[in-house]
Amino acid sequence: MIPAPFEYKKARTIDEAIGWLNEYGYDAKLLAGGYSLIPAMKLRLNRPGLLIDISALPGMNSIREEGEALTIGANCTHADIMRSDLVGKLFPALAKAASVIGDVQVRNRGTIGGSLAHADPASDYPAVVLAGEASVEVRGINGSRSIDAEEFFQGIYTTALSDNEIITAVKFRKSPNSIYLKFHQSASRFAVVGCAAVMKGNEIRIGITGVSDTPYRARGVESNYDGSDNAAKYAVEGVDVLGDHFASEEYRSHLARVFVSRAINALQEL
Amino acid sequence: MEVSIQVNGKEYSRDVPPMMMLAEFLREELSLTGTHIGCDTVSCGACTVLVDGKAVKSCSILAAQVNGQAVKTIEGMAENGNLHPIQEAFKEHHGLQCGFCTPGMVMTAADILSNNPNPSESEIRHGLEGNFCRCTGYHNIVKSIQHAAQSLK
Amino acid sequence: MANQYIGQPVKRREDNRFLTGKGKYTDDLKLPGMTYAAFARSPYAHARIVAIDTSEAVRSPGVIAVYTGNDECGQFSVPCGWQVDFKNGETMKEPPHPLLAVGKVLHVGEDVAIVIADSLQQARDAAELVNVEYEELPVVTNARDAIKEGAPLVHEDAPRNMVYDWEIGNPKEEVDNAMASAHHITRLDFMNQRLAPNAIEPRCYIADYDVNADKYTLYTSTQNPHLIRLLMCAFALGIPEHKVRVVSHDVGGGFGSKIYHYTEEALLTWASKKIGRPIKWTSDRSEAFLTDAHGRDNCTLAEMGFDKEGNIVALRVKNEANLGAYLSTFSTCVPTYLHGTLAQGCYKTPLINIDVTAVFTNTNPVDAYRGAGRPEMTYILEHLMDTAALEMNMDPAELRFKNFIPPFDGVNQPGYQTQVALQYDSGNYHGTLRRALEMVGYEDFRRQQAEARKSGKLLGIGLSTYIEGCGIAPSAVVGSLGARAGLYEVGQVRVQPTGKVSVYTGAHSHGQGHETAFAQFVADKLGIPIEDVEIHHGDTEQVAFGMGTYGSRSLAVGGSAIVKSIEKIVDKGAKIAAHKLEAAAGDLEFKDGKYTVKGTEKSISFADVALTAYVPHDYPEGLEPGLDFSSFYDPANFTYPFGAHICVVEVDPDTGKIEIKRFVACDDVGNVINPMIVDGQIHGGVVQGIGQALLEGVSYNDDGQMITGSYMDYAMPRADDVPFIETDRTVTPCPHNPLGVKGAGEAGAIGATPALVNAVMDAISTHGVKRLQMPLTPERVWRALKN
Repeated sequence: MIPAPFEYKKARTIDEAIGWLNEYGYDAKLLAGGYSLIPAMKLRLNRPGLLIDISALPGMNSIREEGEALTIGANCTHADIMRSDLVGKLFPALAKAASVIGDVQVRNRGTIGGSLAHADPASDYPAVVLAGEASVEVRGINGSRSIDAEEFFQGIYTTALSDNEIITAVKFRKSPNSIYLKFHQSASRFAVVGCAAVMKGNEIRIGITGVSDTPYRARGVESNYDGSDNAAKYAVEGVDVLGDHFASEEYRSHLARVFVSRAINALQEL
Repeated sequence: MEVSIQVNGKEYSRDVPPMMMLAEFLREELSLTGTHIGCDTVSCGACTVLVDGKAVKSCSILAAQVNGQAVKTIEGMAENGNLHPIQEAFKEHHGLQCGFCTPGMVMTAADILSNNPNPSESEIRHGLEGNFCRCTGYHNIVKSIQHAAQSLK
Repeated sequence: MANQYIGQPVKRREDNRFLTGKGKYTDDLKLPGMTYAAFARSPYAHARIVAIDTSEAVRSPGVIAVYTGNDECGQFSVPCGWQVDFKNGETMKEPPHPLLAVGKVLHVGEDVAIVIADSLQQARDAAELVNVEYEELPVVTNARDAIKEGAPLVHEDAPRNMVYDWEIGNPKEEVDNAMASAHHITRLDFMNQRLAPNAIEPRCYIADYDVNADKYTLYTSTQNPHLIRLLMCAFALGIPEHKVRVVSHDVGGGFGSKIYHYTEEALLTWASKKIGRPIKWTSDRSEAFLTDAHGRDNCTLAEMGFDKEGNIVALRVKNEANLGAYLSTFSTCVPTYLHGTLAQGCYKTPLINIDVTAVFTNTNPVDAYRGAGRPEMTYILEHLMDTAALEMNMDPAELRFKNFIPPFDGVNQPGYQTQVALQYDSGNYHGTLRRALEMVGYEDFRRQQAEARKSGKLLGIGLSTYIEGCGIAPSAVVGSLGARAGLYEVGQVRVQPTGKVSVYTGAHSHGQGHETAFAQFVADKLGIPIEDVEIHHGDTEQVAFGMGTYGSRSLAVGGSAIVKSIEKIVDKGAKIAAHKLEAAAGDLEFKDGKYTVKGTEKSISFADVALTAYVPHDYPEGLEPGLDFSSFYDPANFTYPFGAHICVVEVDPDTGKIEIKRFVACDDVGNVINPMIVDGQIHGGVVQGIGQALLEGVSYNDDGQMITGSYMDYAMPRADDVPFIETDRTVTPCPHNPLGVKGAGEAGAIGATPALVNAVMDAISTHGVKRLQMPLTPERVWRALKN
């Protein structure tokens, strides 16, 4: 399989990449790991005229503790994140989510920035990004800004990023008491339901992916949390639940409740 | 565009179109046909090679993306005519039948064992989730990797 | 003769090339001046082609030629290799299957135009520019819908979309009567779902026409090069066979899907003469899903009647088999002669009636896929048995023991005559089940299960005891059943002057390890080191003839042909040895690689005899020089491997997810040449069977669009979906072939599926769940538990 013809440029600086994005507009696509984009191009579902390789951009592949935040550079691969001791300590749910994305090869190649920008509604990170109350750090032609997790995800393959912006990092709230649980689709291994839970004192934050066309905070669960898994029944409250060949709306809703409940129980055992 | 890629220890410079994938570069430009294409869309793992020591699926990486990097393919595993211990283990434990997925399995096994010299059965199975085999039922592949882990110690 | 190699786990000789990246698969070949093909395929399941405009594609850079069904190639059609007639004697409906669609397209993915260009990129780009105007027609995808009055017709001359109707067994009335008076009837109504074979190597063809020699070469990823040559020359293109060479080097898995003669093979061959250059086409995975012949796809209504004691009194099956839009090479025999004839299973069932209607639909053609017909019948019988045991509150193992055919070796006891035409060669069904029960610790498990149930855990165990008809087969028999080719095999043994041996077999290895297993018995039979034997296959100009590899036939039929040639060699060698030793040939003994005059020390080595045969200076009068024999072996019967598979599962009641805790297989494949290879075949087959039970299934929507056309949507077993497979075997030799072997390629896929489904049903039987449709997806299981 061969993609439709395109041009390839490797950016040396963030500004150079942004400049090209600005110049080529919609016709340009950023290339990180490429494992979502390139297959889609081979199937000719996507035909950008320019690929901008951002893998060599400086300063985008560190994992740092910054005060109350855990900051992950956008070019960190899933393998980097899952193996990071810092992530394991400060946000185990993030390490866990990274470890169940795709497979060994995908984790070696795929990056957190690429995954978030792609915004597949069944990808794993969004649940953790939401539960970790992360901000997505971006830079564009008009400078830098932070996008709140809940504002970032806007629908299937849709985010709050504008055409000329690049994700540079993701800033998570440190969440040492956290967990990510996933029920995978048997063919693609994407999440049918992915549930990230963070517990702090007697508060809980729940992020859910795979269930709806936009990942979401399960506010109903959070506000009704009473120290038990009773609140799991609110897992899909007010949510437009997806139904497809692999899981009907009813089954997905049920799984969401099951996984929220399991996550709560698991956190309480920690 | 001009790319320069080290493959199995040797530097190759070629002028290639941007659309050329690493798998195609290996197979067509360098005639290293041991890297196979099964699905061409990162699902089956037959095209797995090591880039800078890490297992990746070469069917959906542009040759341009690995410009300046070091690639190891199945052809580079044996040294001086001696099979690599992983290859040896696959032979000894019948870890292959038709042979088509085998190069990808061996390269993935190399990644698994480099990160985890003592993998459990379940860690090996999890590590192979990106590689389809339709012949062996994975049984002897897992056994082969278990034995390779022993002999690499 | 002492066996040094037979029965030993000799490491495979082919492995070094595969392990070092030196395998030679078709796509690895590059010929000088080679061009590349890409196809424009139908986006519709059923449509009239109003117009095709190729002008833009033709003008596209690098394009050499574009052909459509309006060109000469549209007049050529690939044949069906097996004729099954209607019950009333009429010939089956066999509409042409043109190399490119003519007038209408009948399934999504059907080839409409071929574009040939200097590079693959150019061919792909230009294929997108072929402009086809379609007028959509109503679509039918399901067999039961297709035979309804008023259903859309796939082929206008096939009323109610029927290919044929067919039955086998005892008269329907007798079976109906027995059923009516049965004490208990177990009834199943289900779909044996459609599967995509998914060999990991996609199909690949390179056609090369040599104008000076007026000769074609086709390199193809096939399981049977000679059959492809025969079908393509004699039926599809009408070109002379001696002007066609078909080569199939290493093939990356077949599982049936690479048996058939596909349109692309003939089309590329035809087109390479047209353009005067070699053409390569390699299927991509999307094309593989859409066009590699699928497997299974039967709608089944099955009933088994029992008396009070649990003895089977009758079996009645009504099947609608979906053959897709066209008849693939062996499609017609799969739901009939490879299916109905296995309805006896391992049981003494006195009355059996199998009724099959095969239909056309607007889907990809269906043909043999690992097991071919036998997994479907085994699923019927074995799922009936465990279901009946649950319904009658009997132990499923006991129910089987009660109904098993008693052991027979085919030598001291005759073969077993079934109610469905076949005569089994030898069997000991008690033996394999007993051993499998022992391996799994059946009684302990039942205690453990009872405990687990108290705490709400859903543990289950499922049994499956199968028989299969392999080593396909006696030509006279298959001929009388409609096969349009003989199904013997050819084996040539050429002893080189130095005593080294080259063997040419018509069987084809695509993972089975023939280069090793065949060499093992050849070396033993000739008493020479295995290093002195080389096995050749896969080239019509090297191997005299052959019928290829499928139906677990390579060793039983192909191996036997080689043994026949070895016997001729040994006999002729004896004449030469007798001359040299100045003894009578009858006084010689051939053992350990030498001829010895019985009772003396006088001997001559096989190598010296070979040299004498080629340097016949001192040679028996009247004897031809040389030591080279070819044999055709046509077996006396099919072979009948059998076995018992037992699966243990745990079901998660919250999610419906199934975990396979253990899988135990005790198989009897007759004598074993290489136990390592046999175990490997079982492992692989079992996991394919697991795939059908839990994960796999091709789905079309109502418009005939495939909704499972990629690995993102079609689930196949991955390494972490399955456990280790625990294997053992019993040995009941085949009484009618010289090696006593039966075949092991399909056993796993045949036995495994019902064992797993039965285990799940056992696990959730406490919740009153009676029936479940495969694949047993978590949602299906969860729903069943919920209701």
